[in-house]
Amino acid sequence: MGCKTSVPCNATKKSERCKCLLRAALLIQRWYRATMARIEMRRRYCLNIFQSIEYADEQAQLQLSNFFTFMMDHDLEMTESNFSLAEFERRIDVPDSYYGPRLKFPLTVADANALLDAFKKEELLHARYVLQLLHETRRVLKEMPNITYLSTSYSKEITVCGDLHGKLDDLLMIFYKNGLPSEKNPYVFNGDFVDRGDNSMEILIILFAFLLIYPNDLHLNRGNHEDYIMNDLPKIGSDFKKFILQVHGKVILYLLEDVFSWLPLATVVDSKVLILHGGISDTTDLDFLNLFERSKVREHVHVGLLLSSLKNLAAVGPHEEDSSRDPTQKEWQQTLDILWSDPRNQRGCIPNKLRGGGCYFGPDITAKLFERYNLKMLIRSHECKQDGYEIGHGGKVITIFSASNYYEDGSNRGAYIKLNPDLIPRFIQYQVTFHSAHSPPRINTVEGAALKALREKIYANKTELMEAFMSKDLTGAGKLSVSDWAEAMESVLQLELPWRTLRAQLARLSADGRIEYTSCFYDLEIEKPVEEPSLVETLCKYRKDLEMIFNFIDKDQSGLISLEEFHHTWRLFCAHMGVETDDEAIIKLANTIDYNKDGYIDFSEFLGAFHVVHRLDKGK
Amino acid sequence: ENEKTDSEYNTVAEIEKKITEAFEVFDHECNQTVDVREIGSIVRSLGCYPTEAQLHELLAEVEEEEPTGYIHLQKFLPVMTRVLVERSYQPTPEDVLLHAFEALDVNKCGYLTKEELVKYMTEEGEPFTQEEMEDMLSAALDPETNTMRYKDYITLMIVDDV
Repeated sequence: MGCKTSVPCNATKKSERCKCLLRAALLIQRWYRATMARIEMRRRYCLNIFQSIEYADEQAQLQLSNFFTFMMDHDLEMTESNFSLAEFERRIDVPDSYYGPRLKFPLTVADANALLDAFKKEELLHARYVLQLLHETRRVLKEMPNITYLSTSYSKEITVCGDLHGKLDDLLMIFYKNGLPSEKNPYVFNGDFVDRGDNSMEILIILFAFLLIYPNDLHLNRGNHEDYIMNDLPKIGSDFKKFILQVHGKVILYLLEDVFSWLPLATVVDSKVLILHGGISDTTDLDFLNLFERSKVREHVHVGLLLSSLKNLAAVGPHEEDSSRDPTQKEWQQTLDILWSDPRNQRGCIPNKLRGGGCYFGPDITAKLFERYNLKMLIRSHECKQDGYEIGHGGKVITIFSASNYYEDGSNRGAYIKLNPDLIPRFIQYQVTFHSAHSPPRINTVEGAALKALREKIYANKTELMEAFMSKDLTGAGKLSVSDWAEAMESVLQLELPWRTLRAQLARLSADGRIEYTSCFYDLEIEKPVEEPSLVETLCKYRKDLEMIFNFIDKDQSGLISLEEFHHTWRLFCAHMGVETDDEAIIKLANTIDYNKDGYIDFSEFLGAFHVVHRLDKGK
Repeated sequence: ENEKTDSEYNTVAEIEKKITEAFEVFDHECNQTVDVREIGSIVRSLGCYPTEAQLHELLAEVEEEEPTGYIHLQKFLPVMTRVLVERSYQPTPEDVLLHAFEALDVNKCGYLTKEELVKYMTEEGEPFTQEEMEDMLSAALDPETNTMRYKDYITLMIVDDV
């Protein structure tokens, strides 16, 4: 291919030179496109990995929320959560040593700015103000209809934001680029403000504060995550903070769940643009949705199944509630549909099995709804999109997602929509980045994180996977064909991932081209090896969940629970989750962890031991 | 991957499964179809280096009689299997790629200016789209000198491609 002439071109050489350049350019373009395609493929399957694990976890977490509710002492929280502003003031003291924002109700822009400043500096808001804020927010939300009708009159542009998922940096980025909410700058936040990110509480506090200041210009739609709070109590730092939040944590939790249940379900702009979190189904009835008491729908999927299983477990039933407070089947179904559904290109409407709630709706379903209600556009969120937004159904359905780097640094951009009075959407994209501005985040970083998450899942399912492997390994050689290995992986993990494509990152090939299946577990180990391997796996799988539960039952917030409490809770948990438990093994385990032998376990230390360590990480 | 076991274990069945998997990564609806615009990515991610012209030929084979904008796995699978079995569209060795850049580097300075790169990539061969050009520039160009040191760039891309 050499064309290394240093002699200046003359006429005859020129045409040769041109051909040479053409070939060179072609070669480079061919190579470039192939390379970029492979990177794109990796980006896609990384997103697949993240998404599959996320949805699987979400389903598991839904089960957990009911367990949580069952554990709560409803009566106490209910009383406390109904205190007035003045009573909160009286009962909860804010010490002089507290330097954070001190809110005065009714809130003003000065309060909102104080909150933004405080959160930028990673300060927390005192529990009394949190409670008062929530109290006021609930009061204001209760007066709002299920569906809010807005207009872009006075040439106002309305900004629509999607999922934030506790990522404060993205909210701050939006405010930076687009300005703070005000009468001249209305916003719609389309649900999923919380969970996964680190700053769910901060985001809620900011959004609720602006809601109180500009109730006609700051609109919140409920998302499927505004239903139960799993990760929301902010990170506890010093003892002081621990005191503030843990002591009042339960009441905050209870009040917050109430506030969530009062979030409106949808917003309609100029009677033409429908904005809601998930999607629609073939039975979505906006008139019905606008009329029923929305706060009745509190726990979404699996309600029926789990409530009945709880009845078998519960010695004490805190849910001695009036059944007229329960939603009807239709109310439950209609809400579920709009909070959980996803659009797809195929016609029709089928149950959304990936999510476990809502449905997949096709362009014909959209068209029918539009015809029935004279709509022009549907703006929804709920799904992470690489570019922060996606347009589907021939321009009729827009997905808007505002949490950039959702799965990992570099996984995706965030975006928001500017809707002008012509109802033509403009998309503004952004990506919060901690790297230098020049280089886009490398695919290797995203892939590394995706594979790490996947490997942890593999570890947590080791027993089942080994059973599946061995059942296919008829000769006991310790090896399987790629095909058999892939089948086994999918049958146990059920993540619908491209196993052959991922193979090189997950397992070793032997010389004969077959997979040594135990190599799947090579690079992973538990920090503190323990005798009971299957028990360890279970603890590994549910580590985060157990941490939350233990935090919850730790009544005096000492970080310690008695062996008895530990044992009791563990048994209940296993029964609830349908996990087989060996009582003796657990007691034995707990005893080894009770270092002081005083009958108490430091549960953080206990659970910390079941963190999966990636051998390759050591020495980093 | 172990080269010498290729013939033994890369049976047609395995190849077909590999193709199906790659296809499914882009099959958002899980209904055995992909957007026609993704076919290039799928073919290339399976290790092939077709030119755009070759890709169009391939597309003509897998499209429906009346193009719908979607390609069915049913049609794609046999065609792609043949491509892989026959090892069509082989990759470019690293040194050949380097020579190609050197051919464009008229002054033999070891780098291409932004203008040169844009000119060649958007005017010669199978021209880049504006998006492709911008993407390449953002990764390849040293913002201080506005030049592309192509040897470094190749190394960078190959690291990413592992």
